Amino acid sequence: MANEQIKESNTTTGVHPLKFSLWLIIISIIMMFAAFTSAYIVRREEGNWLEFDLPNILLINTVIIVLSSVTMQMAHNAAKKNNLKQLKFMLLGTLILGVAFLIGQWNGWADLVQNNIYFGGTGSNPAGSFLYVLTGVHGFHLITGLIFVAITFFSSLKYKVHSKNMLRIQLCTTYWHFLGGLWLYLYIFLRVNH
Amino acid sequence: MSSTDIHIDHDIHHAHDEHDHHLDQNFFEKYIFSQDHKTIAKQYLFSGIFWAFIGGFLSILFRLQLGWPEATFTFLEPILGGWIENGKLNPEFYLALVTMHGTIMVFFVLTAGLSGTFSNFLIPLQVGARDMASGFMNMLSYWIFFLASVILFTSLFLETGPASGGWTVYPPLSALPQAMEGSKGGMTLWLISMALFIVSQLLGGVNYITTVINLRTKGMSMTKLPLTIWAFFLTAILGLLAFPVLFSAALLLIFDRSFGTSFFLSDIFIAGEALSNTGGSPILFQHLFWFLGHPEVYIVIMPAFGIVSEVIATNARKPIFGYRAMIGSLIGISLLSFVVWAHHMFVTGMNPFLGSVFMFLTLIIAVPSAVKVFNWLATLWRGNIRFTAAMMFAVGFVSLFISGGLTGIILGNSALDIQLHDTYFVVAHFHLVMGAAAFFGMFAGVYHWFPKMFGRLMDEKLGYVHFWLTFVSVYLVFMPMHYIGIAGFPRRYYAWTGFEAFSGFADMNTFISISAILGFTAQFIFLFNFVYSIIRGRKSTANPWHSNTLEWTTPVLPGHGNWPGEIPAVYRWPYDYSKPGSVEDYIPQNIPFSQTQSSNLPQERDFE
Repeated sequence: MANEQIKESNTTTGVHPLKFSLWLIIISIIMMFAAFTSAYIVRREEGNWLEFDLPNILLINTVIIVLSSVTMQMAHNAAKKNNLKQLKFMLLGTLILGVAFLIGQWNGWADLVQNNIYFGGTGSNPAGSFLYVLTGVHGFHLITGLIFVAITFFSSLKYKVHSKNMLRIQLCTTYWHFLGGLWLYLYIFLRVNH
Repeated sequence: MSSTDIHIDHDIHHAHDEHDHHLDQNFFEKYIFSQDHKTIAKQYLFSGIFWAFIGGFLSILFRLQLGWPEATFTFLEPILGGWIENGKLNPEFYLALVTMHGTIMVFFVLTAGLSGTFSNFLIPLQVGARDMASGFMNMLSYWIFFLASVILFTSLFLETGPASGGWTVYPPLSALPQAMEGSKGGMTLWLISMALFIVSQLLGGVNYITTVINLRTKGMSMTKLPLTIWAFFLTAILGLLAFPVLFSAALLLIFDRSFGTSFFLSDIFIAGEALSNTGGSPILFQHLFWFLGHPEVYIVIMPAFGIVSEVIATNARKPIFGYRAMIGSLIGISLLSFVVWAHHMFVTGMNPFLGSVFMFLTLIIAVPSAVKVFNWLATLWRGNIRFTAAMMFAVGFVSLFISGGLTGIILGNSALDIQLHDTYFVVAHFHLVMGAAAFFGMFAGVYHWFPKMFGRLMDEKLGYVHFWLTFVSVYLVFMPMHYIGIAGFPRRYYAWTGFEAFSGFADMNTFISISAILGFTAQFIFLFNFVYSIIRGRKSTANPWHSNTLEWTTPVLPGHGNWPGEIPAVYRWPYDYSKPGSVEDYIPQNIPFSQTQSSNLPQERDFE
């Protein structure tokens, strides 16, 4: 509740504080996944590690999330050019692709269960549990991203997202690209260390 | 998180320099769900003091057991109820006391209470900002912390007791409910509370970093920042990088406890029965835990570094010695703090070569720490010292930091650590260097910034009494502990009288316990002084210590937005004390060089 409106021009660095904060939040999420993946490597080196095939659907999911990043970027560009019809269409597209990704991940879990790879309980191995944790925690963050996209979508319906009011969609685009990039990292990591 | 961010800039638009504005706020907006950084800082301070008394009281309870192992404690039954059995403290409850004392002091007092209070209060005031980057996130940070506090406090009253596996919650002890009473509900609540605590610290830290980077006033370059801000800034960065890792570890532990996974569990027999968990590694938890745990000790001590630098320079009426070296050593300590975590794990059977790598990295930390100590001493050297209560605590801090730091060099050696690990030597070391020292930094901060927080001064005489009793009892408690530690006296033992080797230390333990009780009692003098001064203290002026930093250019009690008019611009560094040729012995940061021609140095003439 500062008395002056915070504008990019009157901050010390010329960056809007919220954009900066978002990057810091992203860094903390990266640290969390750095902990999980390094724990994964350390644990794997110690042996007693169950080797199994990754569900094939993960590749399809990867394609879906990359596509959703494309639509998100197109929504962002549309907002910049005040092409409001395309903006709404692309945001909706991102939402649908995001939900499709989550459904795909869920099916991936179902595949794992069919192959007797369980999260916990008798006969579970950290190898399988780690896969559930990595996809699960990423999925949780993706849900927060979807909520953000949904909020941006509804404000675009009220004509509140346009070239003079870009902050929200800029934050949303950054976060969404990050979530896509995070999944790409996780997918490549799992492919390499499997 | 992201979904909440976007509401924030609604609040920013209204009230352009209208200072009657805050009168419109109702009680809840002003005092409870306030977004004003000064109110949030006070909320953290009150919570921190509350927790400090709880944490201190728990330590007195287990000191009673250690000091008088043969005594009966029936007089404690009214408070502890069933935990006193036939006049004896329940052994599992003893472990719970130790665990909760550590958790409360490390996280709830010296992290939230110290950083939360002073980062919130000082960052906007000293960098020249109306408020934090996001008041809403700041408020959220406090209330999530409050929720974490309520959950941890509730766990004290569970029938099976609070968490008891030590504040480091190593599995398998903490992971298996059948291992001990405290690993049942108490441990679950501990983990939930800690997860919320981490979220709260991240929200706070994001705000601190953003504010320091983005919202500095005109002229406030990074090399004109007071050292307090540098310390808070780097502390927040450490928190941002370290806390998510603890979150990961806590999450995996939650899965192991409640969802049957085996991240940290393998081949365990309990009560003659084999558990089904296979493939886990308890050492993995230690790696994850100490990757946070070591930076955490700097999260605790670095704000104290900053506060002490500021208080010493102000009250020695001298520029801080080696301003840039102070910043450099803070950065050095921050970087090194991430590559030394395994020195907590020398006895886990780690590869001795790896151990020696961590040993050398650990010993390098002595260099920036010594730079800081040298600079504080050099600042005091031939200064015009004013012994305010804050200054006493700041100098006391330097003393404790030296005595505690020296034993750090001993413990950093893996060969020596293997001998001393899990003895009272370690307890004595870290209580001096990060426990008592951080508390002294906190006291220095409270006495020094109290007038800006509440518009009144704390009583100096009571401050002196509080200082001397605390200072003396801290040394009386922890010096003998080194001795019994070298003698091999182990930590975390409820009863040691059964061992022939240790029964000779009964007198020493009684002495330590008496000193601890003296030290704890002295804190009530502080509490009285604190509460009394808020209501009845002597009225303060806007700049009672004749200090240079920007917070003292605000009115006695800064309102919403901190400065009634424009935010002052900054022209000089914050340490122009006793500058030759100047009329006053201090020149605030907002005084341009054109007004101080008599004292300007040759290179400063260009700015006139």
